[in-house]
Amino acid sequence: MDLKLDHRTEDSLTIVEVEGEIDVYTAPRLRELLIDLVNKGNFHLLVNMEKVDFLDSTGLGVLVGGLKRVRAHDGSLELVCTQERILKIFRITGLTKVFGIYASVEEAKEAHGRDK
Amino acid sequence: MATVELTFSALPAHVRTARLVATAIARRTGVEESLLDEVRLAVGEACSRAVEAHRLHCPGEPVRIELRDDSGRFEVTVTDVAPSDELEGTTTLPTITSEPLGAMADPFESGFGIAVIVGLADDVEVYASPKGMRIRMSWPAAAKGVTPA
Repeated sequence: MDLKLDHRTEDSLTIVEVEGEIDVYTAPRLRELLIDLVNKGNFHLLVNMEKVDFLDSTGLGVLVGGLKRVRAHDGSLELVCTQERILKIFRITGLTKVFGIYASVEEAKEAHGRDK
Repeated sequence: MATVELTFSALPAHVRTARLVATAIARRTGVEESLLDEVRLAVGEACSRAVEAHRLHCPGEPVRIELRDDSGRFEVTVTDVAPSDELEGTTTLPTITSEPLGAMADPFESGFGIAVIVGLADDVEVYASPKGMRIRMSWPAAAKGVTPA
């Protein structure tokens, strides 16, 4: 399955909806979107991974790159993910300590609201 | 012993095909369903690394993947022919530690993909040489796997 990307802004949070496979072929599109959003002043990003079927280290690299960019602007990049097979790669790489990972968009929005 | 070999041009689009083929053969070989995601991810990582190495050094050369059903194991070997400065021999497998975010290097340069493979396959060997790298990994295959006629 190819990669589908969409985004919307709710309050000060930009929610990026990702669907499909994030790998060496499709990850550049996600990278471009994240760079574009940051360049347009969106520094608080929430990436919804609930419809992601596959994620590899290229995809992780793109998310880490996005996190570095938003942090340079005192921003945040957090994730919504409950799928065990996707969470496993975050655990293997130790990135569960780097990203805020939430069970739902609502939960992430609440946490973001508290942190503001 | 049943062997499937696949060579593909060093294009990112073909990595997905290699993943699909490897997962299909793993299922047929009798690898447990719960391990198939690990096979898919590990094979994808190995092929992605090989494709990136070829694109940098020898874009015209194909990447080779061999899938074997041998003595109760499902074994995958991904071979690239990208020249490198590596000394010939089995390399020390990288592990991932919790580095500060700023210290994180480019995923491919840092061996991130290989570290992911090490975390996924219970048997991994990385053989590096100046003429390329070979990554061999295997998983247990149940007896119910389909044997050749």
